[in-house]
Amino acid sequence: MTEASGSTRLTEKFAALEEEGRAGFVAFITAGDPDPETSFTVMCGLPAAGVDIIELGMPFTDPMADGPSIQAAGLRALKAGMTLAGTLDMVRRFRADGQTAPIVLMGYFNPIYSYGVDRFLHDALSAGVDGLIIVDLPPEEDAELCLPAQAAGLPFIRLATPTTDDGRLPTVMANTAGFVYYVSITGITGAGSAMTADVAAAVERLRRHTDLPIAVGFGIKTPEQAAEIGQHADAVVVGSAIVERVGALASSNGSVQSVLDFVGSLADGVRRART
Amino acid sequence: MTAALRANTFRAGPDEDGHFGIFGGRYVAETLMPLILEVEKAYEAAKASPAFKAELRYYNAHYTGRPSPLYLAERLTRHFGGAKIYFKRDELNHTGSHKINNCLGQVLLARRMGKTRIIAETGAGQHGVAVATVCALFDLPCTIYMGEVDIKRQQPNVFRMKLLGAEVKAATSGSRTLKDAMNEALRDWVTNVDDTFYIIGTAAGPHPYPEMVRDFQSVIGEEVRDQIMQRECRLPDMLVACIGGGSNAIGLFHPFLDEPDVEIVAVEAGGLGIDTDKHAASLTGGRAGVLHGNRTYLLQDDDGQIQEAHSISAGLDYPGIGPEHAWLHEQGRVDYVSATDEEALEAFQLCSVKEGIIPALEPAHALAHVAKIAPDMDRDKIIVMNLCGRGDKDIFAVAERLGVALQ
Repeated sequence: MTEASGSTRLTEKFAALEEEGRAGFVAFITAGDPDPETSFTVMCGLPAAGVDIIELGMPFTDPMADGPSIQAAGLRALKAGMTLAGTLDMVRRFRADGQTAPIVLMGYFNPIYSYGVDRFLHDALSAGVDGLIIVDLPPEEDAELCLPAQAAGLPFIRLATPTTDDGRLPTVMANTAGFVYYVSITGITGAGSAMTADVAAAVERLRRHTDLPIAVGFGIKTPEQAAEIGQHADAVVVGSAIVERVGALASSNGSVQSVLDFVGSLADGVRRART
Repeated sequence: MTAALRANTFRAGPDEDGHFGIFGGRYVAETLMPLILEVEKAYEAAKASPAFKAELRYYNAHYTGRPSPLYLAERLTRHFGGAKIYFKRDELNHTGSHKINNCLGQVLLARRMGKTRIIAETGAGQHGVAVATVCALFDLPCTIYMGEVDIKRQQPNVFRMKLLGAEVKAATSGSRTLKDAMNEALRDWVTNVDDTFYIIGTAAGPHPYPEMVRDFQSVIGEEVRDQIMQRECRLPDMLVACIGGGSNAIGLFHPFLDEPDVEIVAVEAGGLGIDTDKHAASLTGGRAGVLHGNRTYLLQDDDGQIQEAHSISAGLDYPGIGPEHAWLHEQGRVDYVSATDEEALEAFQLCSVKEGIIPALEPAHALAHVAKIAPDMDRDKIIVMNLCGRGDKDIFAVAERLGVALQ
């Protein structure tokens, strides 16, 4: 391949962030929500609104680790006809537009298993995907997708949680690439917020086990929270709060611009974290 | 599949990673993974503990009323005019179904682990009632997740759970049935990992649940072995059980899996017919996939999205099946067939008038299959059917289907 491969875009992004001396901002949207075209318009506007890395949700009927906001987003997307092939197509169009922001796909294993693991890895790489976060594939199931992804050169980004103790962290860090995603609460997406002090301690604990950048997500909803977390983490992830505003587009209670304005305010929060 | 290619034994699974062939496994969020490993460790220790086994035996005997009878259904046998039909009367258990066998085992394990709160999912409400019952018995707070649709069609069981002190929470997402109740229970668990034990009701979910539920339900098959030897001095020719997730079926089947002369049949819910898109027959109409912590057969579309199941029986209304069944299906050891809503309704009424037993709609599916095959079997053949639940909970739904208005 002549274009930058997945791991390069992510690595370069984190190197650039380190150079700038600031935390990165990861924004989550569900692919195809509320419909494929609107979703693509939102996605294309994210980098200009200050998003460093796009986490693109692959819709699934039974998202067992997600709260009501992201569940509803997935169902809206599926109802509008979104598929895994459609999600990959969105990435392809984004790259065809000349966009270079790293894209990490997030979701559940069954649609990928159904698509075929080898075919998926091939199509994801050629579309311009830079990493995978698969919620229901813990290290115990690495043979399914993590190891094939690693062999294909697509980073498999692992989730670490407050329940992942020091005894287990080495298992979780093995075969992890790109960055580590720290889930700051024991709970589902969009649930209550973590205490900043706890997050700071957790990030310190993770750093003893990995040199990879650490992104922190779950329960971060406001620019102020994003700023606080950004003091400790290498990147801050916001999902449900953005998705709720995308959801308003479905009932025409808002505009794409209003979503991007909110995203911009979060990006500003992250940017002022260490100033 | 030829005999030579079959496994030497069908009773050795799962392997240490929780796999039955390619099925099973542990497909859960990282937050749950340490807890799943802890449950596995605690279960291994409990299995080896004489005190745990004695405690379970005690409650099975004195609280549930085990062993349940093995009853020769003489009038139905005469009615069909073929094989001798025995019912394993697990509907006579305390709480009215086989579900209590598993709940007692798991609640005793939860206590050993020092857990102070219980959650569960339920479809027909039989498992929910059994969970609420053991939680009352051991003074543990519990929350039962139930699909909004199921809450409507199983009102008596919802009220029972509340009487027993449980909190019943409606699952309002997706198809609002059993699979969505399981999603909600998993979301609760991920949020409350420290103090909460999840009593999964069927032989599915992440390892060690399929194995653990099977072991606790195997008391059914073990009793049948002893009872049929006493009555007939030989093993049965055929076992029949209904199957949704598959806990009553695996409980009856497992002790007989290595008996080559015992034919084993599981009856899935055919809904409006398996050639329609309204059924719950995951093995007959689905393909392999990953949901709720395990790889198994699932009803799904081309994109890997889970489809809604349909059955008149809320307890069978699930788009998946336990992983051990998926494996037994591929091994060809168990024959998986289906019966429609209509056939089950007919069997429900037939059993009531012929035997004076109102069965649950779930085992009515098993009886519907028995009705198809028993007449053509010789009179010296023996069928044992698991009558795994009683039909009190279903009379409102059945009345509605039959056009009878109840107050």
